[in-house]
Amino acid sequence: MNPAAAPAEVLTAPLHSLALRHGDDNLVLAQRLSMWVSRAPDLEEDLALGNIALDHLGLARALLTYAGEVEGAGRTEDQLAMGRTERQFTNLLLVEQPNGDFAMTMGRQLLFDAYQLELWDSMAGCSDEALAGLAMRASNEARYHFLHSSTWVERLGDGTEESHQRMQAALDWLWQFTDEPFEGDAVTAWAAAELGVAPLGEHRDRWEFRVDKVLSKARLDKPSSGNRRSGGRSGRHSEHLGHLLAEMQWMQRTYPGLEW
Amino acid sequence: MDATHISGTRVVIALQALGSRETRVRRLLEAIPDPELPMLDLGDLGLVRDVHVEDGAVEVSITPTFLGCPALDSMRRSIREALVGDGFDQVEVRTVYSPAWSVEWISPAGRAKLRSAGIAPPGSARVCPHCSAEAIRVVSEFGPTPCQALSACRACGEPFTSIRDL
Repeated sequence: MNPAAAPAEVLTAPLHSLALRHGDDNLVLAQRLSMWVSRAPDLEEDLALGNIALDHLGLARALLTYAGEVEGAGRTEDQLAMGRTERQFTNLLLVEQPNGDFAMTMGRQLLFDAYQLELWDSMAGCSDEALAGLAMRASNEARYHFLHSSTWVERLGDGTEESHQRMQAALDWLWQFTDEPFEGDAVTAWAAAELGVAPLGEHRDRWEFRVDKVLSKARLDKPSSGNRRSGGRSGRHSEHLGHLLAEMQWMQRTYPGLEW
Repeated sequence: MDATHISGTRVVIALQALGSRETRVRRLLEAIPDPELPMLDLGDLGLVRDVHVEDGAVEVSITPTFLGCPALDSMRRSIREALVGDGFDQVEVRTVYSPAWSVEWISPAGRAKLRSAGIAPPGSARVCPHCSAEAIRVVSEFGPTPCQALSACRACGEPFTSIRDL
């Protein structure tokens, strides 16, 4: 691609932006999921959600550390996680959506897990060795996460009248955030040209196929395409992210650099 | 001719000396226990990728198991302490992600240690660590640590944990 065609502010550090956005997705989702700890429907599920949150946090830490390294300005994972404002976060709108009821959380996880499978598959063969290595590990972990969320969506969708209705309502709400993960921008164009990462738009069909299979097993209707929302990748978020960050960052905001 | 031969021998001896120092460091590191599964050491897990020694400085590369493994920071600390205790002034612990760690890397000795600790090792030939029956039921894919699942034996009924295949 022609770099001159892309906005200069994004392309000053495209590798940094690439690692950062996927780190942000995982960090925000880890924070959301950890809110379930001690509130899950049973002990096994409590452990599962806590463990999945930990997987996302671990991936976020590795990605943010790498984003800091390639930026070369000396920013650590902690500074990137705790020192940026809402507009500087580049996560998807999907991951910042509130937990809602259990069906809403599982619907969000299903859509995100299926996306992560495609994303990390596309990155596993890329020419950036650090990202490729992380991608292989992340893809293995995403398979387990998908197994977990798809099992729950099937159970709830094909369950009681109440669980079915709630699962359907959750998907109907979440569907507006399912275009955003596959949209291209200057960073994805750079990654395609320089690292050989296939643009995610090409993976959209496989994502849909994966999700459709779960929905039909769960006797759920695929939501119709209506309004689609996006903006997270360029820092334009829903009202929920600010509240999440306020809770996550308040200690470092109150006592900058605090360690214990 | 002779001179070449002699200098060639010197190079070999120097390389052997260098190699042995790195081998010694590697042995030292591989004996460090895993903080969460202390019956295993870093050698059993296959975590130590590379050791590079230069004078008083040492650089160690490790590959993390699960990305979110909370034991990773503690392992890094133990490695640092062991090497400082061994007389190195400068210790650098690097993390390498490629190739990605997999349970295949757990050594046969490590698998035997897991089994005798009542934890089913990974792999297709999975048996109950209590009664050796080949009838295992996974109760939950997520267990007490990121690497373990909760399982139970259909034969003896005992619950136990197993190392997840990933």
